[in-house]
Amino acid sequence: MQTVIKEEVEMKVSDLVEKFGLKVFSGEDGLDREVTGGYVSDLLSDVMGNAGEGDVWITLQTHQNVMAIASLKDLAAVILVKDREPEEDTLEHSNDESIPILGTNRQTFEIAGKLYNVLNQ
Amino acid sequence: MKMEFDIASGDFKKAGRASSQIKKVLKQLQVDPKIIKRIVVAIYEAEVNIVAHSFGGKLTAHINGNSIEVTLTDNGPGIKDIEQAMQEGFSTASKEVRDMGFGAGMGLPNIRKNTDELNVTSEWGVGTTVWFRNQF
Repeated sequence: MQTVIKEEVEMKVSDLVEKFGLKVFSGEDGLDREVTGGYVSDLLSDVMGNAGEGDVWITLQTHQNVMAIASLKDLAAVILVKDREPEEDTLEHSNDESIPILGTNRQTFEIAGKLYNVLNQ
Repeated sequence: MKMEFDIASGDFKKAGRASSQIKKVLKQLQVDPKIIKRIVVAIYEAEVNIVAHSFGGKLTAHINGNSIEVTLTDNGPGIKDIEQAMQEGFSTASKEVRDMGFGAGMGLPNIRKNTDELNVTSEWGVGTTVWFRNQF
């Protein structure tokens, strides 16, 4: 019998920032959070019901409730797509919770594909 | 332990305040993280329901050694058909609320999935009471 040991490489939020050239809007203290998965949705109840701890959430929503959910669900970070920018109180909440809000000029399909590949290497 | 929160109609900025504070307390009490995750989803959705659909209301949580019991009461308008409201995908939310990503008809179903016991009573023109309990 053969035992295959797969080496788990820990992925941090800062690794994603570097790999994908993401902009860091806020929550810098959380850049060393570990990323264990990803979730893509713009429906808040969908994220609330189905995202997992340590997920990176890719969305186009920019208001403060995004951070309420990210915090309640212990997400690793939020990536805003298509050059969207977080609202002022969203930034504050992100800093308070140390959950980074990141930005990309890419659209959801592209950045989700890249994240999927990196996490499933 | 008893915790109370007023929830104002339309105040989306404060939605999540009750769930966030209750989460902190449950963590301090060293409740199983899996149970905290479930109750937090239920409380958040119930808070948002009051903000999005009611004239305002309040949330009361009772926490003891082996369970948490949450009661939310609002000042109306009430739910016309509770069975319909419990169906996944059914929603009466406004366009503004939907544009924020709420109002997908998943709130009450999320509450049902994440609670051990749930009771919703409502009278049109009077108000709604949502009660649920999770064991630790």
